[in-house]
Amino acid sequence: MSLPFLLEIGTEEIPDWMIWHALNQLAESFQNLLEANGFEALMPQIDATPRRLVLRALNLPARRPDKVTPEDGPLVTAGDRAAQGFAKKYRVAVADLKIFDSPIGPRYRAEKLVPGESMLQILSNALPDKILGIHWPKSMYWGKWGSHSFIRPIRWIVALLGNEVVPFKIVGVESGNVTSGHRTLGTAQIPVTIENYEQRLRENFVILSHQERKQRIQAAIGNASDDDLLGTLVYLTEYPSVIAGSFDKEYLKLPAEVLVTVMRHHQKYFAVYENGQLANRFLAVTNTDGDPDGLIRRGNERVLRARFNDAMFFWETDQKKKLVDRILDLEHVTFQAKLGSYRQKIDRVTDLVRDHLKGDDAAIRASQLCKCDLTTELVKEFTELQGVVGGLYAREQGEPEEVWTAIYDHYKPVSMEDSIPRNLGGQLVSVADKLDTLRECFRIGLIPTGSKDPFALRRSAQGVVKILVEGKHRVKLPALLRLPPLSVRSRQQQMTGETTVFEPVESAGVSPEENLLRAFLLDRIRYYFKDIRGFKYDEVNAILASGWDDLVDVEERLIAIQAVRPTEDFEPLAASFKRIQNILKQAQFTGNGGAIDASLLEPGPESDLYREFQKVRGALASLPYRPALESIASLRPKVDLFFDKVLVNAPDPKIRQNRLTLLHTLLAEFSTIADFSEIITNG
Amino acid sequence: MDSYQEIIFKLKKYWSDRGCIIQEPYDLEVGAGTMCPETFLRVLGPKPYRVAYVQPSRRPADGRYGENPNRLYKHMQLQVILKPAPNDVIDQYLGSLAAIGIDLRKHDIKFEEDNWEAPTLGAWGVGWQVMLDGLEITQFTYFQQCGGIDLDLVPAELTYGLERLTAFLQGKDSVYDIEWAPGVSYRDVRFADELQFSVYNFEMADVGTLWKLFDLHEGEAARLLGEFRKLEKPLPDGRGSETADDKRRFPLLPTYEHVLKCSHLFNTLDARGAISVTERVAVIARVRKLAVGVAEAWVSQQTVGELVEAVQ
Repeated sequence: MSLPFLLEIGTEEIPDWMIWHALNQLAESFQNLLEANGFEALMPQIDATPRRLVLRALNLPARRPDKVTPEDGPLVTAGDRAAQGFAKKYRVAVADLKIFDSPIGPRYRAEKLVPGESMLQILSNALPDKILGIHWPKSMYWGKWGSHSFIRPIRWIVALLGNEVVPFKIVGVESGNVTSGHRTLGTAQIPVTIENYEQRLRENFVILSHQERKQRIQAAIGNASDDDLLGTLVYLTEYPSVIAGSFDKEYLKLPAEVLVTVMRHHQKYFAVYENGQLANRFLAVTNTDGDPDGLIRRGNERVLRARFNDAMFFWETDQKKKLVDRILDLEHVTFQAKLGSYRQKIDRVTDLVRDHLKGDDAAIRASQLCKCDLTTELVKEFTELQGVVGGLYAREQGEPEEVWTAIYDHYKPVSMEDSIPRNLGGQLVSVADKLDTLRECFRIGLIPTGSKDPFALRRSAQGVVKILVEGKHRVKLPALLRLPPLSVRSRQQQMTGETTVFEPVESAGVSPEENLLRAFLLDRIRYYFKDIRGFKYDEVNAILASGWDDLVDVEERLIAIQAVRPTEDFEPLAASFKRIQNILKQAQFTGNGGAIDASLLEPGPESDLYREFQKVRGALASLPYRPALESIASLRPKVDLFFDKVLVNAPDPKIRQNRLTLLHTLLAEFSTIADFSEIITNG
Repeated sequence: MDSYQEIIFKLKKYWSDRGCIIQEPYDLEVGAGTMCPETFLRVLGPKPYRVAYVQPSRRPADGRYGENPNRLYKHMQLQVILKPAPNDVIDQYLGSLAAIGIDLRKHDIKFEEDNWEAPTLGAWGVGWQVMLDGLEITQFTYFQQCGGIDLDLVPAELTYGLERLTAFLQGKDSVYDIEWAPGVSYRDVRFADELQFSVYNFEMADVGTLWKLFDLHEGEAARLLGEFRKLEKPLPDGRGSETADDKRRFPLLPTYEHVLKCSHLFNTLDARGAISVTERVAVIARVRKLAVGVAEAWVSQQTVGELVEAVQ
């Protein structure tokens, strides 16, 4: 017999962004429970609103059947007492013991009965732990400290298996068959059955299905949609309705960036565009059944008006003081407690742009002004618009386009999907700003560990890599990582004993912090080319092993190796290079700076290889990477032949030495584009 | 249409009917109702407590010379503490909105995640901002820690922004236009102090004097905490009861007032632009240290108080 199951955990409003993940955990945990009890791990149906996490399953077996398991006992020759003891242990009569032939003679066997357990019992025992075991980003206590924690207080639980309540209790709440409707439109105490559950909720203004709520909103907003906001609103409402409001056209004088931020981020409204222009209208999603009297619309319009008024006030106030006159005020804006103010930061950023990135006047100007908007009222109010507001003010104040767009864009890219700043100045300022943050944080030991990265240094490093590569900036990256000396060296972070997740790249004469920073960057470079750009990991390793001074060059080499990889000579040659490396390693040969003595070369494969090598080497420098790699790969037959016919470990030490030198030189000369020994071959 | 004061009367009555003591505002400058001893200290320890009060809350940096329709140097909060939070706390809260004439079936209420943290008080909690037709009208917090101390009984703190709520109910675009009492506007009552305190805080406050005052209050609070700590060490000759009595009568509440003074002076200095980057973090840490010190001492004192009561 199988039974349907319903679990509804009724809570106070759960933060929208946590709900889906929690539901999935619950489903997985439920499957594990079934599996651990010997049932098929069927996938339950999961649903949620801000106030309920719901899990349903159609066909749960009513019980785990009894099971008989044979247990082998003593030899029959061990006597009656042994038999009695054995029978007692498994609670069977001596007469019921079986006797079977074993290799050591006849033995007793008992048939142990493992009684089945009802599903009701299994669920009743396990559900409290499964529910409380959901991991939340930030949970809380209610009632007494130290009892159980959850994301928000649990207020009711519906747990039904067929027609029966699965009895259990969590933090004083007993499971039952009574749910609760919409906070203001529904009834608070609603008895349900599994069959009428969803319908009863609907009658009480709760749409259980998140897809249905989503469709309801989408149907009403049409093309104004915005996936993130939609996802949020689906889990902020139990009965979503969409209302349309408008605002005075006067406010359209404010930049669209500001208006949209107010609507979208602060009020969770969808902005409306007409012919590509922002319209003086908005769409709001309410948790109600419409707005027949227009009360909600008027309330929202008033709130928006107040917000826009504030923004207008800030916009006008801020204009009274130009960005350039705000540079000194940056002394009062903290960058980081130990690293001082933004005033100091922009000085460093400007130095980087001017001296190391060779920025033009526009880039230098932008670097000086880029943080000034942090002192404006508008950015204090709308922090997410930092940079953008600076750019807008710079434009208003007559800064040239190169300057204002550079300021506007200099936080980009904010994610790997985001584009890089649109002009040269913006790219340089962005790189300098991010590099400065990385350098300074590493210098004082604020180094990301595991999941802890409070200053989002990974994102900064990622941004640097993306801009340098996609903006085609040929700069010597390691030189930009050189850390200025620290007057008071802080090692606090390292003293905490937390281990960093990357191995330092050792480099002589360089501080440990700088080595860590190089390793950190290298990690991000690898990630960028491998995970974002999709190059094969061994190709990335091979290319980076030959240096990463210039990321544009790294990209070119990668593209070349990717193209040459499928040609027939390439992988066998890579295998040969690995072989060479092993031979040199075994011989503990490091080159000794010796040159190849051509007179010692044996005619035939050895001389042929040498001649071919010289030919290729001579042409290599003038070739682009791809033909260069092809040309190296063309050595393959000669290399193969050499290994076939020539004994490297020649008895004569002089010849041996010369052969090792030949191989070493070959390897060194041809590893400047890629270290072929990193290529994984099928051989 | 209810006047501002009528709305306050109704809310007080509502919470009074639900077992709250109706306190009067604390008579010192505070940045929020949370900082009053009625919240900051009462939420500590195992004793249930319910209180509601209107608290004028001063935030010097928010002053706008009376020119901004939504921003005030000093706004009024209705602060409600329900310790421990009852199971139906949200329903009770919604009931309070109904009590001031909001027909909940015709409006849009949302509870949006908003966790609260006050670093200077070593306090944090989780909860929501309550949105009414897109307007944030209440901060709803389940306190988890206060003064760095885990709370035995988790209280619910409801903080209503009274000006906003009234502007909503009266349909006004500017807080200055709301009707305080019949025929009297908020502007009539409050405009002068918004203007004058903005002038003082932003332009005329003497930085040297404020720093001197800060140091004096800090010194006094630290001295008192030091005296209290001496009582914490058990005497070797077993004269425990005398110490207990000294602890019970120790002036921790006055100590805390000096901490509040420091906090407000810090806010004023900050608005005046007188706190440099390097100082800022350090000054916050100084205030926090005192606040946490008082909270710890208070818990210790409460324990003694209970012992004394139990003996008598």
